[in-house]
Amino acid sequence: MEISDGYPAAMRQSIARVEATRSARMGRTFPAMSLDERKALLLSHHPDYKAGAKRPLLFGSGQGMALNHELADLFEARPLVRASLDLSKIDHDVDLLVIGGGGAGTVAAIWAVKAGLDPRKILVTTKLRHGDSNSTMAQGGIQAADRPEDSPAQHFLDVMGGGHFTNQPELVRALVQDAPLIIQWHEHLGMMYDKDASGHFIEHPGGGTSRNRMHSARDYTGLEMMRVLRDEARNLGIPVIEFSPVIELLCDEHGRVSGAVLINLETRHYHIVRAKATIITTGGLGRLHMQQYPTTNHYGATADGLVLAYRVGARLIDLDAVQYHPTGAAFPAQMAGLLITEKVRGLGAQPLNCDGEQFVFPLEPRDVEASAFIRECAERGKGIKTPQDMCGVWLDAPMVDLIHGPGTIREALPAMFRMYARFGIDMTRDPILVFPTLHYQNGGIATDEHGATSVPGLYAAGEVMGGVHGKNRLMGNSLLDFNVFGRRAGMAAAAYAREHPAGKLSLAHVAAYEAMLHDAGIETTRTAPRILPDYRGKEALDRYLDIPL
Amino acid sequence: MSEQAPLITMQLMGKNYRVPAGLTLMAAIEYAGYKLVRGAGCRGGFCGSCPTLYRREGNHRIFTALACQTLVEDGMCLVQMPFVPLITRPYDLYTITPQANTLLQHFPEIAGCVACNTCTRSCPQGLPVMDYIQASLRGDIERAALLSFDCISCGICSSRCPADIKHYAVGLLARRLYGKYITRNAPDLAERVAAIETGDFSAELDALMTLSAAELRSRYEQRTFEVAAEQEDPYSATRSYNSAMDPVDYQDELEVSG
Repeated sequence: MEISDGYPAAMRQSIARVEATRSARMGRTFPAMSLDERKALLLSHHPDYKAGAKRPLLFGSGQGMALNHELADLFEARPLVRASLDLSKIDHDVDLLVIGGGGAGTVAAIWAVKAGLDPRKILVTTKLRHGDSNSTMAQGGIQAADRPEDSPAQHFLDVMGGGHFTNQPELVRALVQDAPLIIQWHEHLGMMYDKDASGHFIEHPGGGTSRNRMHSARDYTGLEMMRVLRDEARNLGIPVIEFSPVIELLCDEHGRVSGAVLINLETRHYHIVRAKATIITTGGLGRLHMQQYPTTNHYGATADGLVLAYRVGARLIDLDAVQYHPTGAAFPAQMAGLLITEKVRGLGAQPLNCDGEQFVFPLEPRDVEASAFIRECAERGKGIKTPQDMCGVWLDAPMVDLIHGPGTIREALPAMFRMYARFGIDMTRDPILVFPTLHYQNGGIATDEHGATSVPGLYAAGEVMGGVHGKNRLMGNSLLDFNVFGRRAGMAAAAYAREHPAGKLSLAHVAAYEAMLHDAGIETTRTAPRILPDYRGKEALDRYLDIPL
Repeated sequence: MSEQAPLITMQLMGKNYRVPAGLTLMAAIEYAGYKLVRGAGCRGGFCGSCPTLYRREGNHRIFTALACQTLVEDGMCLVQMPFVPLITRPYDLYTITPQANTLLQHFPEIAGCVACNTCTRSCPQGLPVMDYIQASLRGDIERAALLSFDCISCGICSSRCPADIKHYAVGLLARRLYGKYITRNAPDLAERVAAIETGDFSAELDALMTLSAAELRSRYEQRTFEVAAEQEDPYSATRSYNSAMDPVDYQDELEVSG
């Protein structure tokens, strides 16, 4: 395969057509759609409305909820342990168990200590390493109404409208009211937010915001947040067990959640944790690859927490809505699915098909823009194929420097420029290939404003919880969400733990779940939680023998 | 247009595997049949969980890379490092003060830096690691914080250091000291937090909570917008987002999909 300046010859031919039309396209933008056109396009091409992509849940507290098959499969799956599992030896007897070592879990553990729990009586358990999470990958920023021109009420309106008024108002109220307090806490923890010389935060607008309230730490906001939080948790002496995901919750004789079964991913030993209170902070679901979409998400984002919570009867909310970001990288392969910030289009880069023609207004709402890209590739066959058989549309990045002057890309999009440069592509000279990518789980486990789920003893925070964003999250509210509700859940769970002694451990709910599967007529060998996606090569799997060693 | 990529040979933990050219190291390892548990994290170059050591044919050097951000090459001989052991003394950021010798006190081993520059050469982020260690040694916390900012804590530097320095832990403390003590606190923030805690904004939020769906929608549509200089740009994404055209009326969508 001949590669020149990062692209194979076949893609170069299409780039030549992009270059040929560029001067004629300058200053001419494809017209925006009417509301009716948008709706028709969403219905015909948005993944959320794709016919046959979803099915209703057949049993349990969420019966009737329409879910993507990949997610429904997880609920309609058998538990990894039987109800008869020996629970007599308790390996960890703690006040608080936190399931998930990303942003929400780390914040929850820290605030449980601040609320008076002994750190040695807390256990954080996580699937991969402490901090391996979507939190770390967040680039853009965190919203907080902390300037005189802004107010929590203004933030409230923005969040509700962004979520199409499907949000739970009491959760939104908690989110916006706690936001400045969270930023102040971060300042005290020594987080390096972008500031001017007098200490004022440099605050930007974001999609759907009416005030500038996006606080950021260069392009690494989530990374900076996560590494500081992790350092703080370590300094407080909070124990963390890595590479040990929870595969089932435990209840007591009253049906209250009282701990969990962990599995050591290397030895496959199970550990029994008895806990007075439990917080689920397992993050999102991008790695289920709904409808085969690539994802911006972390390797471990497989919706484990939803499965665990559903088995003990917790109520779920808004899981029918999944956020697809229109511009995920489609080439080169090592960037597939990674986020290309909206700012590239904001600065004037036009989306183009294989003939170098515009086919959509560059700044339609995210769901509409994504649908137009999908239509161009699937229905019209005007996408650009990569050697790895992905399909995408061009984003004509060099236009940015033509419109705003040479050097703008390196100045305004330095992280993006470096990332492409690493793989031999110069986005100041060549267009970049993009396709929609699975980005965020809007819904999740239903909670009150203190993170309490519908099941006593069980709390949830972060991406795994639902309701605060309704059917659509705005940029900058997920970093805020895990801080606000991680903190609230940590404090509420600490208070609960002080008042409720742990009971006798039971897996009766597992037997009940198996019975519900049976009664719903579901016969399957599938198991859940999924834990990790499988990317092994077909050739290797074809000759795989599962022999004992 | 799709074409079959040619196969190349990669030596993984001492065994040869034929894998398609053009894959990342991580994808090549998986293609070969490994299900990764350690050595994979965000898969996007942010988390530092896939540090990899390799040699190239005809070259005596050991190279370092992130497996998710590097392409496989013919004749490459590689192994992944699960992690680099790290033990540090706990500290309480609220009680320590940033003095010229604070970093040296917490990490005395930085005095052993022989300025060999191996850390800088091995950094997959391309950071001037040795420079921030030298800055730490001199007590220049600000420089250490700024130079180390893009660190993803993969630990490759520490695995290669002849003086056993824990570079990424040094950088982290430098940044936290800088963020907490050297940059100024935001002037408006404390006031806003105090106002929220005394309930100054509660009435306004209470009022919003009692609105009907239609009233709330109308309040939303009547929002005023802060006009930033950059929003005068006709190509601004936020300008479009803040238009009355957004959001699509979700109620209608729900009715159709239901």
